[in-house]
Amino acid sequence: MNYFIGIDIGSTTAKAVVVDHEGTILAQTVQRSGYDFAAVARDVFAVVLQRANLQRESVTGIVSTGYGRRNVDFADQQRTEIFCHARGVHHYFPGPVTVVDIGGQDNKVIHLGPGGERLGFTMNRKCAAGTGAFIEEIAYRLDLSLSDLNRMAEEAESEVTIGSFCTVFSCTEILGMARRGIPVADIIKGVFRSVVKRVSEMDSLDGKVVMTGGVVDHNPIVGQMLGEALGRSVEMPPHPQAIGALGAALIARDLHNTAVKS
Amino acid sequence: MAEIKKLETAKLMKKVMADHFYEIDAAFKSGEPKVAWCTSVGPAELLRAMGFVVYFPENHAAILGASRAANDCIPAANAIGYSPEICSYLTSDVGAYLKGFTPLAKIYDGIETIPKPDVLVYNTNQCRDVKDWFEWYAREWKVPCLGIESFVNVGDVTKNHVDSIAGQMRKLAADITAATGNKMDEDRLKETVRLSRRCSDLWKDVLEMAANKPSPLTFFDGTIHMGPAVCMRGTQVAVDYYETLLKELRGWVDEGVAAVAGERHRIYWEGMPIWGKLRENAKLFLELKTCLVASTYCNSWIFSALDPDDPWNSMARAYTELFIVRDDDYKEDYYRRMLDIFGFDGIIFHDAKTCPNNSNCRYGLPQRFSKATGIPFITIDGDLNDLRCYSEEQAITKIEAFIEQLDG
Repeated sequence: MNYFIGIDIGSTTAKAVVVDHEGTILAQTVQRSGYDFAAVARDVFAVVLQRANLQRESVTGIVSTGYGRRNVDFADQQRTEIFCHARGVHHYFPGPVTVVDIGGQDNKVIHLGPGGERLGFTMNRKCAAGTGAFIEEIAYRLDLSLSDLNRMAEEAESEVTIGSFCTVFSCTEILGMARRGIPVADIIKGVFRSVVKRVSEMDSLDGKVVMTGGVVDHNPIVGQMLGEALGRSVEMPPHPQAIGALGAALIARDLHNTAVKS
Repeated sequence: MAEIKKLETAKLMKKVMADHFYEIDAAFKSGEPKVAWCTSVGPAELLRAMGFVVYFPENHAAILGASRAANDCIPAANAIGYSPEICSYLTSDVGAYLKGFTPLAKIYDGIETIPKPDVLVYNTNQCRDVKDWFEWYAREWKVPCLGIESFVNVGDVTKNHVDSIAGQMRKLAADITAATGNKMDEDRLKETVRLSRRCSDLWKDVLEMAANKPSPLTFFDGTIHMGPAVCMRGTQVAVDYYETLLKELRGWVDEGVAAVAGERHRIYWEGMPIWGKLRENAKLFLELKTCLVASTYCNSWIFSALDPDDPWNSMARAYTELFIVRDDDYKEDYYRRMLDIFGFDGIIFHDAKTCPNNSNCRYGLPQRFSKATGIPFITIDGDLNDLRCYSEEQAITKIEAFIEQLDG
């Protein structure tokens, strides 16, 4: 039996996924990336090995991805998060799709063709507006737990409009709203609306849209709101935060299969 | 790790650039001949024919960028009211002056400052910022600032365009004479235009060496070797330089030498260089076995319309035919012609934060070209000189992902 591991060291969280030769997920984990990417890579690797009850020697291939991909010195190959998210999404949604990934500091729109081939992609400009970092900053300023945001947005009776692109100025705007007594739930829903607007203006979101990343994993209402904006439902794979790591694991498997064939 | 291959002619480059700056410095210090500042795609031929030595501040600004001194200088210009949003060549150069700094003093023994000009001559064919830039120095030094107000978004270059610019050039020459006493020598103008055209033809031949597979040169080489075409066109020195460079490149082609070993992909670079990251980006593409074979930027010093038998009209046409002056339909067609010549797999658009006129990705052009030709593209957010506008990690990820996409 061959086993493959994908490790995604993102700016905010580190993820690892183990798959077998059929692509079945055996274990996965997510934890904060912190500042030592090499150490967190070893940590998530050890966690998934233990959860899958595997020894290091029984792992056939490891692919790393994410901003910290070069810090994973035990990986056999590195691939960008664009490639890995595309591969992970194609696993669940074969055929042409548009992937919208909202990460810790990067948003990505990736267009996939019928065979999962990447036709093009767009990343956010040099600005964290609309990313996970934006939401985290707002939660910090309002002294709210990230785990409460989705519930609060669902309970909102209305929503505010946030006018600024800039995270810092948005915070100033939001604090002004809070001072005026606007319900926090309405503010949070407005924050999510702002995220939806930012990703909607990055690129054309054609055809079937699949959302990934930690933001929609923890706040599925964002997917629902994007669907409302597009006028059609938006899909999500299981555990969207780990889809890059899954893609990396599947690429490790693909590389092995190609090598065996040749 | 793969190493950047260096052309032997690069050694000659160091000499000709040193000679260029020492010639200007000597003129500045002695007062003879007079010094003119000129925008990089301005009427240099006219100034040489009037007996000036010519200094190009854009070249100085690029040196500030490439030496990573720009970000120490830009804030000084910002502080006197020149926004971080405007041309970072302008803010780098003015900021360096305000700080009493020039990299030329570090590179060339005996040169202490940039040369104060007797006249500043601009052409707005690139942008309005060059005029604002020169006007700052004009106020600072009380030196005349004269120039040509060019057309923008030009489709076909018509006789009306040429007549207008040629008329402005003749008036400019008269105004320069009135301001400095230097007179136009028509025979010298013809000879200067002849040499400039020869330089242009040779530079075009040099760049088109990259049409060979594998290519013997990259965009990064082009940004270095374009020095004489920018600063010395209209002189025999530039002609001799490109004859030498072309000979060496032909030798490389005959021997099958690749600038990028194992060239797998060929890319067109659209927009300004990121001067402070030239070396890093050259290495990145080398490791990706991807050659940036051509660029609009390096092509900008090809002036095929120049004609010594009709110097005024041909200068007017040459400086109006430039890519940067043209409308988007022309630009899209231009990319097709480049695609035919160089056979590239993709385009990288550099969206330079402070240089809108050289950022051709803001009005849907990449999408239109890609849709029409099937050539994929990405956009890199950055800047020519202001590295505060550049996120290196994000750019690397985009570039690597683009190459993965091309790999299939």
